[in-house]
Amino acid sequence: MQILLDFIQNNIELFYVVILSVFLGIEVISRVPSVLHTPLMSGANAIHGVIIIGSIIVMGEASPDNYLVLTLGFIAVIVGTLNVVGGFVVTDRMLEMFKTGKKAASKTTKEN
Amino acid sequence: MQTNILSICYLIGSVSFIIGLKMLSNPATARRGNFISAAGMGIAILGTLLLYQPSGTEFHNYGWIVGAMVIGTIIGSISARKVKMTAMPELVSIFNGMGGLCAALISIVEFGRIGTNHEDMHVLSILAGMIIGSVSFAGSMIAYGKLSGKIKDHAFPGQHIFNLVVLLVVLLMSAFIIFGDSTSFALIFYGILGLSLCYGILFVLPIGGADMPVVISLLNSFTGIATACAGFLYNNPVMLTGGILVGSAGAILTILMCKAMNRSLQNVLIGSFGGAKASAGPATGEEGTYKEISLSDAAMVMGYAHKVIIVPGYGLAVAQAQHACHELEKSLRKNGVEVKYAIHPVAGRMPGHMNVLLAEADVSYDDLLELEPANEEFGSTDVVLILGANDVVNPAAENDPSSPIYGMPVLQVWKAKSVIINKRSMRPGYAGIENGLFFLPNSSMLFGDAKDVLQQLINQIKEI
Repeated sequence: MQILLDFIQNNIELFYVVILSVFLGIEVISRVPSVLHTPLMSGANAIHGVIIIGSIIVMGEASPDNYLVLTLGFIAVIVGTLNVVGGFVVTDRMLEMFKTGKKAASKTTKEN
Repeated sequence: MQTNILSICYLIGSVSFIIGLKMLSNPATARRGNFISAAGMGIAILGTLLLYQPSGTEFHNYGWIVGAMVIGTIIGSISARKVKMTAMPELVSIFNGMGGLCAALISIVEFGRIGTNHEDMHVLSILAGMIIGSVSFAGSMIAYGKLSGKIKDHAFPGQHIFNLVVLLVVLLMSAFIIFGDSTSFALIFYGILGLSLCYGILFVLPIGGADMPVVISLLNSFTGIATACAGFLYNNPVMLTGGILVGSAGAILTILMCKAMNRSLQNVLIGSFGGAKASAGPATGEEGTYKEISLSDAAMVMGYAHKVIIVPGYGLAVAQAQHACHELEKSLRKNGVEVKYAIHPVAGRMPGHMNVLLAEADVSYDDLLELEPANEEFGSTDVVLILGANDVVNPAAENDPSSPIYGMPVLQVWKAKSVIINKRSMRPGYAGIENGLFFLPNSSMLFGDAKDVLQQLINQIKEI
């Protein structure tokens, strides 16, 4: 118990950040039209790709002759980058199709 | 100095994630929102690469890091560019799994670096990141397999209890590592890793394919939490805020998706569809007879109608028929027919899936009707053409309390004068239940692949 209390005391800013972020996440999302659920999920998916920073730190701190860590870290950086880059590109491709109302209509008439 | 600039980079990153998410929830700003998050991510990553100073040692292995990033970028952008719009949900699931894998790998490396006098909380964040990350990874891979039809639903009696036991064992083993006195935990740690992967697989395996979007959204939220755990571990604010933000936003999104289907999350996860099938299946059975309509008759009926509403479903997506669908709309319009689309919020495999597909085929945004306006218009509609949709037009959702989908809002297509249903066969839809709509007197079936059928319809209508 004491450990936990000390931990909270020592990291009180972190706890504030966590709690505020939880509410922020809820607040930001709660009024989204169902049309955007898929792109939003995909966009959020890209954002948690920020985990890649962790893998960069792992690689950066690993000594150059520790091959096990290097291999694991290398894979971690690859999959992390996949998550970030792929996530943002897919989201963009989805949203590319949501040309809003009138713009899309005028574009189609021009094409026809 | 360096560290100060890095902190500012992370601050910019965090803020851009918040603004990006906010903008993503509005159709007009969504694309810019995505771009802003991506830019913030870029700043945070570049900042880490150039400015991060590990305590005690130097920053090593630049070559490896950049090399891995180049490989990841190439694979990621090519697969994201090349993927067909219909396979989008699968790809999102894969990318989500990659994030989970990344979190798990980081934890594995960090576990190897723990000394003997470790801090409990430090170990806790490593374990939490590893468990959640690997559950998310394994679960996402199964979800991918299900969406692409490679993996079928598997469930055995008592699976939920078995899953709970696995989870409990994982928690007990973790507690043993944190509170135990022993110094050699490696074996237990890898045991936890293995069990977490198993749990991820077992957790997703029994859930029906139609519910995969909800599952992916939930796993997305999990990966967010795993990211936040790693953020805790490194005391890294951008990972922490980004992770928590996605964790909570993902959770809310999951609940919103469930609401759109009028089901509870518990219902999705425990899989009432699987259980209810046995009891409700035989009762509703294959009653009555359906009638078929020939292509030329269908073309006649539609060509001479005043108003036609098209209801697209997953069948349209698998057949890649969105362009043919738009062609049909155009040729009907030439004959003076009013054409609209009725989009159910969960038509296809993901909410908004149909909107994306039809938008790809240049169907105007203004012709897409949402559930409620569509239901108001069906009464004055001559022909409803259903393209591979099933559960979202099932009248049982409104009039059969024993049906597993009872209470889900559906498109009331039966109010129209006639309903033409294009399906490949009489097989039930994803929820595995019979559809009474097919046996109504004003319905007729038009069997065949959506794309072929549409093309032949277009040819026939042009001849009218």
